[in-house]
Amino acid sequence: MKAKELVDQYLYSGHGCCPGCAMPIVLRTVFHALGENTVAVITAGCFGTISGTFPSSPIKLPAYNTPFPSAGAAGSGVRAALDMKGENRTTVVTIAGDGGTFDIGIQAISAAAERNDDYIFICYDNEAYMNTGIQRSSATPWGAWTTTTPPSNLKSQPKKDIVQIMAAHRIPYVATASIAYPDDFLRKIRKAKATHGFKFLYAFSPCPVGWRFSPELTVRLARLAVQAKVFPLYEVEEGERYILNVEPEGVPVSDYLKPQGRFSFLREGDMERIQENVDRDWERLMRRMNA
Amino acid sequence: MKKLLTGNSAVSLGVMLCRAEVISAYPITPQTTIVEELSEICSDGRLKANFIRVESEHSALACVAAASAAGARVFTATSSHGLAYMHEMLHWCSGTRLPVVMVNANRAIGSPWNIWCDHSDSLSQRDTGWIQLYCQSAQEALDTVIQAYRIAEEVLLPVMVLEDGFFLSHTSDTVDVPEPKEVDAYLPPFKPRYKLSPDDPHTYNIMADPTMFINFKHEAQQAMDQAKKVVARADREFKSHFGRSYGYTGKVRLADADVVLLTMGTMASTALEVIAALRKQGKKVGLCRLRMFRPFPSEEIGKILGGAKKVAVLDRDNSLGCGGIVAQELKAALYGAARRPRVFEFIGGLGGKDITPEDIQEILEYTLQAPSPNGAPIWMGIKR
Repeated sequence: MKAKELVDQYLYSGHGCCPGCAMPIVLRTVFHALGENTVAVITAGCFGTISGTFPSSPIKLPAYNTPFPSAGAAGSGVRAALDMKGENRTTVVTIAGDGGTFDIGIQAISAAAERNDDYIFICYDNEAYMNTGIQRSSATPWGAWTTTTPPSNLKSQPKKDIVQIMAAHRIPYVATASIAYPDDFLRKIRKAKATHGFKFLYAFSPCPVGWRFSPELTVRLARLAVQAKVFPLYEVEEGERYILNVEPEGVPVSDYLKPQGRFSFLREGDMERIQENVDRDWERLMRRMNA
Repeated sequence: MKKLLTGNSAVSLGVMLCRAEVISAYPITPQTTIVEELSEICSDGRLKANFIRVESEHSALACVAAASAAGARVFTATSSHGLAYMHEMLHWCSGTRLPVVMVNANRAIGSPWNIWCDHSDSLSQRDTGWIQLYCQSAQEALDTVIQAYRIAEEVLLPVMVLEDGFFLSHTSDTVDVPEPKEVDAYLPPFKPRYKLSPDDPHTYNIMADPTMFINFKHEAQQAMDQAKKVVARADREFKSHFGRSYGYTGKVRLADADVVLLTMGTMASTALEVIAALRKQGKKVGLCRLRMFRPFPSEEIGKILGGAKKVAVLDRDNSLGCGGIVAQELKAALYGAARRPRVFEFIGGLGGKDITPEDIQEILEYTLQAPSPNGAPIWMGIKR
């Protein structure tokens, strides 16, 4: 498919995203695959903020904004109402950032997943609280600068493994997705749409402003993250069947880190340490693939 | 059909009769038996509703709010800390203009922990944009749930129905349960003016900038003003269908009263026998039970109480640093009134402490003999 086909179908220009933001690419892909018979639930975060100002909206789908911790619960509410009206062919998609998913929203999301409520949850992960101006989240990687992890106190914990957390709910479908692999991304959305129950899609969303890179590099960084094994593309069915979708070339992690200013404060040996951690995580994932 | 029902059971049957379509709630004492009974009612098919067993009160209200936006008639119930945990969503519901109906079984808020009745949970949410109706009996709780949907769906504001924890939620009384077809005739199915629909896509709750935000709030205020008339009409029509009505206030022996007791909820029931006994002694006392706290019936209450020399307000709540909340609201309402009785303030019954007939007698007799209030609320039943 051509990237042009994704433009201006259900997400129009006039939104307030920063130049080079990956999120509108993520959402155009999602909306394109889901089609018009869809209701979107949006929580606080970048998307909640940039999706226009009254009375204009760039979204050509029915959409409901809900407060920060409540994405999981609001998705269930819309689903329940549509089912009561016999509109069970309408897809419900709930959209949250890493803050609304990993942190303030995780309680309601975990509950909706445990109930196996029938909707798609999309997390666009830009690896910090970008909407409020680059504060660390539990999705921020080890060694990254943010405004709350300054150079003297860089993030010293690894990123939370949200995919494993969601897979542990034994929901029918969990998948990672990247804008650098649109065909794979579209296929996963369509698969999620065709699957009954709670589906968790986890989309990598490079942020030029927060990661301190030049905005034309967005898609290239998304691809490098996959090729450096930082963001593997895989699926988990029913919490146990693992499927690897893209075999990475295994480029050095430094190729991915170096264009990003947020990693410019790494000290001697840190790059090697990150490479070791990425390799260890990859081996762990491969063990699950082969189990 | 007449049944012996607790307040919570009356509420549950009321929700069933209203044919709520999406219900979501989280158990908390003393509301829990509503969650249990509605779970049963939905499970055995007496009510065809989607009951979502959420993990918290915040999620319960977020869930029914979203379901309401998608066009369903919805219900939730809570108490105390649960209501406090919903705080953000309470504002969100009225801001989105969603006709959500909730029952709150009034309970104190910790700390220290306490599971018993007072009104501080719901009164501390008075500024969240919900209509608030305080009930005195199980019958009134059932009837008010039915009225609440009529009101909410007409003015597009959420309605909170209040019942005293334990005193009303857990005590049994004879309740006339209407037939489903009678309720259907009073309350037609919910036809939302706006809803989330792929046929007509709109974005709900989008950013409103400083030039527009105030308009949303002003429109909500106009709806709240309109709600006064709608509450009265819903009550009048309820009377024509079912023979019962409640008004903004319950009024007892007010015409010639020198001293009027103003209070809310089940304390009014206790007051009735005291009023009767004092009247036998020739003391001109009366009772005004405030049923509608939001919108506050300022004008009406000014007229009702204007003829009295003194009003004794018994608050089952306290706003630290300012006093009883009902007393504050009353004084604000009387400021512009033509005739202003002197207002005596009493605070009691916090955390479920009994308000006995003796307490009410003491309050009324104090107010009868004291020339004027001494400036600060009098706290009832403090252990020395």
